[in-house]
Amino acid sequence: MAFVALGGSAPEAVKQAPRKTGRVAMLLLLPGMAYLALFFLTPFVSLILTSLKQPDPSGVIGRYDFGFEIGNYVYAVSQYLPQILRSFSFALIATVIALAVSYPIAYFIAVKARNKPLLKGMLLTLVVAPFFISMLLRTFAWKQIFSNDSWIVNTLKDFGIFGADSYIIGTNFAVIFGLVYNFIPFMTLPIFSSLDRLDLRLVEAGADLYANPATTFRKITFPLSLPGVISGTLLTFIPISGDYVVASRDFLGGPETAMMGNVVEANFLRIQDYPTASALSVMLMAAIVVLVSAYVRKSGTEDLL
Amino acid sequence: MKFSLGKYLLPTYVTLTFLFLAIPIGYTFVFSFNDSIKSNIIWRGFTLDNWLNVCGQQEVCDAFVNSIIVAVSATLVSTVLGTMIAIALVRYRFKFRNATNLILFLPLATPEVVMGAGLAAQFLDFGWQKGLGTVIIAHTMFTLSFVVVTVKARVATLDPALEEAGRDLYANPVQVFWRITFPLLLPGILAAAMLAFALSFDDFIITQFNSGALDTFPKFVYTAAARGIPAEANVIGSFVFIVAIAIVMAVQIRSSIKQRRLAK
Repeated sequence: MAFVALGGSAPEAVKQAPRKTGRVAMLLLLPGMAYLALFFLTPFVSLILTSLKQPDPSGVIGRYDFGFEIGNYVYAVSQYLPQILRSFSFALIATVIALAVSYPIAYFIAVKARNKPLLKGMLLTLVVAPFFISMLLRTFAWKQIFSNDSWIVNTLKDFGIFGADSYIIGTNFAVIFGLVYNFIPFMTLPIFSSLDRLDLRLVEAGADLYANPATTFRKITFPLSLPGVISGTLLTFIPISGDYVVASRDFLGGPETAMMGNVVEANFLRIQDYPTASALSVMLMAAIVVLVSAYVRKSGTEDLL
Repeated sequence: MKFSLGKYLLPTYVTLTFLFLAIPIGYTFVFSFNDSIKSNIIWRGFTLDNWLNVCGQQEVCDAFVNSIIVAVSATLVSTVLGTMIAIALVRYRFKFRNATNLILFLPLATPEVVMGAGLAAQFLDFGWQKGLGTVIIAHTMFTLSFVVVTVKARVATLDPALEEAGRDLYANPVQVFWRITFPLLLPGILAAAMLAFALSFDDFIITQFNSGALDTFPKFVYTAAARGIPAEANVIGSFVFIVAIAIVMAVQIRSSIKQRRLAK
């Protein structure tokens, strides 16, 4: 349960009887796992095959034949290197900022509000509240708030902080800001769920042994919240690396902010260059697999779910 | 008594951050009342028209209905399949356990654009026409693991002694499941269904890759963003928000009443 923690304090798990073997297990597993095999796993095969396709001799747009065109990868990298690098650097920066913003919130709800169930419940509801309104509408709201004639931009100009032709929308700042905003709940909830289980007597013990609050935090609280920090980091970094709504020109981005997702979208859905889009997707997935397998090696598969 | 800055620093920070989180929600809500003409950008005055006549913009309404159809269908299938898997994971021993865990975990760790493009590439290879069916297939796929995670946590809290008692009283396995296991799992199953519904309803990226000409609510908003989103979209967003918050509050109040009763 380390990876997805959806807030709230669940009742304690009870000791289970030894697991049974039997045909029932297969009957329970088979339909769902077959579904995932067909619509989650085999699409990766399609994706890899598509990434190696070559244009059909007929020259019709969007028609490709199976092949072994490694050149698609070379083309994708040479053509879209800036977007690839931007994806990962934006994801890294936004994840670090989201962690810094979210940790104190998670700490407050889990530790300071521990014995006040009503306050705790209300605060958790406030954390997840943004989930209940379309992510696109929220991002669009920020676009309006930061738009060129907006109150914020005009005020910044009036105070001379901003030059007459300065703007916010379309800058790296706007995109990273929007990404951080959208993913604060994803970071806060797993950290909360780790800190919620923190035994406060350990913190007291630190103080009893003359550690100052900073040392106690560094040596006790933070290490014990690490599983939540790791989950939150993955839950933030992975979706951001493939996001293309925030960085889209119709939302907070501009011509100079396109990320990998924007390129995949444009190639796959607009110009129907399926091989290039697929090659980029395969590379994105490969990077994520490396990241996640490092995590799996540390925590084992039983803790994943 | 010594005045400590630290005592006020954290609550102040938390309050400010929550206000910050609420800004776009408030903005969307306020602009749902805007007496806008076409693009809902400048405040032109208060009106209830958008709320009273949501379907004045036919496309918004159609997209909303499509989103509901997709979310209900995907939720039903993924809740049933996911609950079965969750029970098997907690209660049974089987081969390929690690592989099963990994396959269930991967969809949670795959960027949406990769899942969306992969599935779209497969539909292309199979020659399947994209539309309502393919969107439901896609949503069932990506919500399934979330259902498993949520229900699994509930199965782990279930005391096997209760089912044993049922068997001791000569209930057959089917009776044990429907009279004991299922009612005890129900809160977890409902939570999982609500989560699946919310994820499906709000999904944009996977939908865009697999919907063809079908419009869902998020897809409508994305397309409309280029020329300005109509106020009716704000109405639907705000309406969904209010309903969802009401449900969450009701669940919380109910569980806190229950806790108080148990404490007595």
